[in-house]
Amino acid sequence: MKLHRRDVVNELLRDRKDLLVVAGLGSTTWDITAAGDSPLSFPTWGAMGQAAMIGLGMALAQPKRRVLVVTGDGEMLMGLGSLATIGVQQPANLTVVVIDNERYGETGMQRTHTAFGVDLAGVATACKFKHAITATADVEAVRELVYRTPGPNFAAVKVLDEKLPLVLPPNDGVLLKTRFRRAVLGDSADVLPEKP
Amino acid sequence: MQPDWPAEIHRELTAFGVRVVGYVPDAGHKRLIELCQADRNMRAVVLTTEEEGIGLVAGAWLGGEKTVLLMQSSGVGNLVNVLGMVKVCRFPLVMIITMRGEQGEFNPWQVPMGQTTARVLETMGVAVRQAGEPGTVAAHVHAALRIAFEAQGAEAVLIAQRVIGIKSFQEQTDQ
Repeated sequence: MKLHRRDVVNELLRDRKDLLVVAGLGSTTWDITAAGDSPLSFPTWGAMGQAAMIGLGMALAQPKRRVLVVTGDGEMLMGLGSLATIGVQQPANLTVVVIDNERYGETGMQRTHTAFGVDLAGVATACKFKHAITATADVEAVRELVYRTPGPNFAAVKVLDEKLPLVLPPNDGVLLKTRFRRAVLGDSADVLPEKP
Repeated sequence: MQPDWPAEIHRELTAFGVRVVGYVPDAGHKRLIELCQADRNMRAVVLTTEEEGIGLVAGAWLGGEKTVLLMQSSGVGNLVNVLGMVKVCRFPLVMIITMRGEQGEFNPWQVPMGQTTARVLETMGVAVRQAGEPGTVAAHVHAALRIAFEAQGAEAVLIAQRVIGIKSFQEQTDQ
């Protein structure tokens, strides 16, 4: 019995405190919004394939905070090289969670490569992630990776291929950027740097 | 004496507090990459494709750090869709790009992208600065850094192939 994606994301984001969250475009952006929009979330509406890299940049810039990338299997497949790049950098505070319904959910539910047996956790392991798991029932192990285990960590969570109501975050990129920076950096986010 | 433009760029990056440098290697960037790797205040991030650099820039800026990207002109072709995020979010972007497909090119397969690099960037909303002489490179980089980080601009500095001066496979291999 596979999991429901919104249950999984709700559980991962429950009591998230100062966790920084990036979501891949499409379903995972709607999922994190359904769990409760936050200034510490950066939901993407484009740049397919870049969610994990945005997470890497964030993890390098904020080494004392935990960073979670929640994305879909199709989005992850478009940026597989980023797993190799993350493997080289070894950010201890980064976890990538793929909500894997084995479908391109926004375009007509076509099967992705994972439906044919491509193993994303296997790719992450080969790319030197510290921990890489495939979860089919137990989300608690994934929570442990997100909040406590030194990374880089990876989890593919197998979920049902259900179509759900859209829950949309703001789509203004400048707003999403600015609210995130203010929430992380405080008032200094808006101040110009010293002139060299 | 020729200006040491890679060292001058490195000094500009330091002066602006750039802490993350993403790169896809190019022979023309060899020395600058080495300077950034050796700098304990910078994190040099090797990328599998130039696209990844845009994600890196965005994430690091969201977390409060400045990033610069190094690539060659052929890599600009890999950036087109993701530059949409830079435009929509107004992420500060500085790309220092060594040119291929220009004067002295020995590989005809590099020519089509080299000939369209500036147009592709401008089409996607990136301002282009052409550094045609070694002595002008640092000034262009300085201007690009200032506009990017003080005015949320997207900027590319194109370093002409004659500045780099590689004319054959053998010279590139020997570098």
